[in-house]
Amino acid sequence: MALSYDDVIAKYEPVLGLEVHVELGTESKMFCGCNTVFGAAPNTQTCPVCLGLPGSLPVVNAKAIEYTIAIGLALNCSIAPYSRFARKNYFYPDMPKNFQTSQYDEPICVNGYLDVTIETDEGPKEFRIEIERVHMEEDTGKSLHMGGATGRIHGADYSLLDYNRAGIPLVEIVTKVVTGTGKYAPEVARAYVSELRDILRGLGVSDVKMEQGSLRCDANVSLRLIGADKLGTRSETKNVNSLRSVERAVRGEMIRHAELLNKSERVIQETRHFHEDTGLTTPGRSKEQAEDYRYFPEPDLVPVAPTNELIEKIRASLPEKPSVRRKKLQEAWQVPDKEMAAMINADVLDLVEETVKLGADPTRARSWWLGEIARIANEKAVAASELSINSKDVAEIVALIVQGELTDKLARQVVEGVINGEGRPAEIIEKRGIKVVSDDSALMAAIEKAIAAQPDVAEKVRGGHVPAAGALIGAVMKETKGQADAAKVRELLLKHLGQG
Amino acid sequence: MIKKSAAEMAAALSAGEVTSVELTQAHLDQIAKVDSDVHAFLHVDNDGAIAQARAVDEKRKSGERVSPLAGVPLALKDVLVQKGIPTTCGSKMLEGWRPPYDSTVVTRLKENGIVILGKTNMDEFAMGSSTENSAYGPTHNPWDLSRIPGGSGGGSSAALAAFEAPLAIGTDTGGSIRQPAAVTGTVGVKPTYGGVSRYGLVAFSSSLDQAGPCARTVLDAAYLHEAIGGYDRMDSTSINEPVPAVVAAAKDGNIKGMKIGVIKELQGDGYQPGVLKLFNQSLEILASLGAEIVEVSCKYFDYALAAYYLIAPSECSSNLARFDAMRYGIRVGEGSAEEVMNATRQVGFGREVKRRIILGTYALSSGYYDAYYGSAQKVRTLISRDFDNAFGKADVLVSPTAPTTAFKIGEKANDPIAMYLNDIATIPTNLAGIGGMSVPSGLAEEDGLPAGFQIMAPAMKDDRMYKVGAALEAALLTKWGKPILDNVPALGAK
Repeated sequence: MALSYDDVIAKYEPVLGLEVHVELGTESKMFCGCNTVFGAAPNTQTCPVCLGLPGSLPVVNAKAIEYTIAIGLALNCSIAPYSRFARKNYFYPDMPKNFQTSQYDEPICVNGYLDVTIETDEGPKEFRIEIERVHMEEDTGKSLHMGGATGRIHGADYSLLDYNRAGIPLVEIVTKVVTGTGKYAPEVARAYVSELRDILRGLGVSDVKMEQGSLRCDANVSLRLIGADKLGTRSETKNVNSLRSVERAVRGEMIRHAELLNKSERVIQETRHFHEDTGLTTPGRSKEQAEDYRYFPEPDLVPVAPTNELIEKIRASLPEKPSVRRKKLQEAWQVPDKEMAAMINADVLDLVEETVKLGADPTRARSWWLGEIARIANEKAVAASELSINSKDVAEIVALIVQGELTDKLARQVVEGVINGEGRPAEIIEKRGIKVVSDDSALMAAIEKAIAAQPDVAEKVRGGHVPAAGALIGAVMKETKGQADAAKVRELLLKHLGQG
Repeated sequence: MIKKSAAEMAAALSAGEVTSVELTQAHLDQIAKVDSDVHAFLHVDNDGAIAQARAVDEKRKSGERVSPLAGVPLALKDVLVQKGIPTTCGSKMLEGWRPPYDSTVVTRLKENGIVILGKTNMDEFAMGSSTENSAYGPTHNPWDLSRIPGGSGGGSSAALAAFEAPLAIGTDTGGSIRQPAAVTGTVGVKPTYGGVSRYGLVAFSSSLDQAGPCARTVLDAAYLHEAIGGYDRMDSTSINEPVPAVVAAAKDGNIKGMKIGVIKELQGDGYQPGVLKLFNQSLEILASLGAEIVEVSCKYFDYALAAYYLIAPSECSSNLARFDAMRYGIRVGEGSAEEVMNATRQVGFGREVKRRIILGTYALSSGYYDAYYGSAQKVRTLISRDFDNAFGKADVLVSPTAPTTAFKIGEKANDPIAMYLNDIATIPTNLAGIGGMSVPSGLAEEDGLPAGFQIMAPAMKDDRMYKVGAALEAALLTKWGKPILDNVPALGAK
């Protein structure tokens, strides 16, 4: 019998540590001039440098440094006047040099923080997440394990290597130990990644697509008895590819740890893989014998020493904080706090904003994203942004409703069609023959038919019992396959029966 | 013609007395004649060299301006990549690999119309002082085929001494240009670190490696230095300053009033008496030319060898990790990637390379890092300070290049420490990143073999070495009445 979450938090205090990797959106790679566009044919975006060919040397991408400084400043970090790259040595086929050029004891940004707000039982509450460091490194290539059942290296017949990703600039943002979140640990973790993502998007330094891996989160979780000082053993969960998964992974690991601890078993310090379908984690590489990466300063690169002038220039060009932006939106849209929180929680704020920019009124845009679309996303257990409906579709649908071309009910059919991949709204309306029946004579024919079928009901209405009209309206709607405007039908019907 | 200096060849080319094709062919003929004895080359690019020579001849014929060394042939150490030409670094590991790109040195050689004859032999991945560590067999010293030509760049120096090429490129991590120059009676220069691009130089120890010119005269080395030197944006450690005016310095050769510092720690015990005698004679000559000789002390030099054998192996353990059979080079064994990597590295690397990889892996390990790599870096700083202090008292510093003349092939093969001690006088400059040059000081009285005189200058003051080198060279030429290499026995007679 699985432990309930309430049981876990009654006894234990969760401690978090979050490591977020962000692929920077620079045009070229970290140490060479190769293109970074996602999805190119394998090994077409490579050169002697990112392939690690003998004799090749790295040259730091200045843009990547500026982006990293911007991230550090946005996260309230100090920018080191002097920082160095280091080599992290280990053998793996997708790493061309068998060392990763990273930063070790001299990162470029240190000691920052990020405040996040979540809804608690006592209303909105702010948590401060302290940032230990922000450093630069290069991404590895990608291994594709062919044959075998799991797609993992074990049991594969052979592996294919794609080095397009090798050398793409990565920034790693590492928090200090996060305590004091209590039962809200999963929500805080999620809010942190969400807020971080908004900041990065606002900075324009990354496309922050968790599904494509341009933003990846490793969640370190440990438990200790409430009141205890000593930290428990942590697990590090990787492969957490959505905000929702961040929350689920943390919660899941808390329960798993508690179950072990309750049985007086040991939590193993290891890397675990999160599975989107089950919400559970499975063990990866054990870190019991800490791997020795033999870090040493990268002799092929000179230290990074940004001038104060550069740092101040970047600081001056930082965009407004997401929290400020949200406040502005809330005021412009006249949305109550609760609705605003709901949009943030459902991760549809950006979508609503885009939809409004495309001409939809904020209330309708919000109600679609937060209502029908969020409902379907929830059903499918994906983020609204991952559905095939976009803000342009919603803006178009809203416009049709305003013009009277669609009823809410018909619009729902269109939304469903877009999400099912049947096409864009216009195509679906065309294909499905969706049309509001507003022709009075057609409606009148249907009304008369309904009255003829239910004369007793019609009589009741004539006698002044207006609520009875519902049955007749229903029949008309059925007759017109839902394409009539129900209000209009009601108006015509009541008038016809002498009640209008 | 092949016995002339590169500058003389260049003059003859420019005067139309000879074509580059003729000159190149003469050297290819010499290689065909003597290289079975010397084994300086791992690859001779006959067709490519002639094609390059023809292109230069045509350019010259059409009246286009060509650079000073255009049309002069050169031998390239096999550690620098040249597009499409096999590059092995003297290792089995890279057998058959043809790089898809040119190193910056090669690009500049090509831009200057310098004809690349082929790739020269070397200790595997430049690790060694005798060229015996080449996976393709040793190179023989043209002065005595039973002796080593120095290392790691023994192929380049032997090619010069055997008149297979008037110019060569070497690389120097702890003395691999200078010590071979010393034991073959040729000139070798390790420029200031960052003075010549490392892009395309297969790394042994990144913070120490430096490519440089090898030649038979100081002026030739200077011409080549200017051709290959200068800033390269592909190498982050390259210095963004103009190349010191080394050709002008070599032509000048006036050392009147210069202060020459003799490093106390780089003589005495362990140095062959004949080598020391030649060194002292050279000092007298320099003094007679108007230089002031002073003695300086660099007390931390005693730790240089130890620091070097921690830093260089540490960096090499990381630099050589990429040789894993996944992308290029040989591939041995089957099974998982890990099994193939293991099997390939076992077969692909020779003993000395493995020794240094293991040493470096250990030195960088957590728990040992501070004691080994960390301490070595501190020593490095102290050695730099020693140099700074010494350069406060002298314009250049001097020492014998190597403690002995060429030893016999096989003599030190099983004694790595004895082998390492050969670089005792050359290593400090690499640790400090400054320039060093070796010029012949004569033939040692006990064995009749050449010895080298080392000149060191502060960073980016390479011109000073050329001035002193040229002065000594000219004085010795006058004294001997003929170039030292005229004493090399005839080769390929059989």
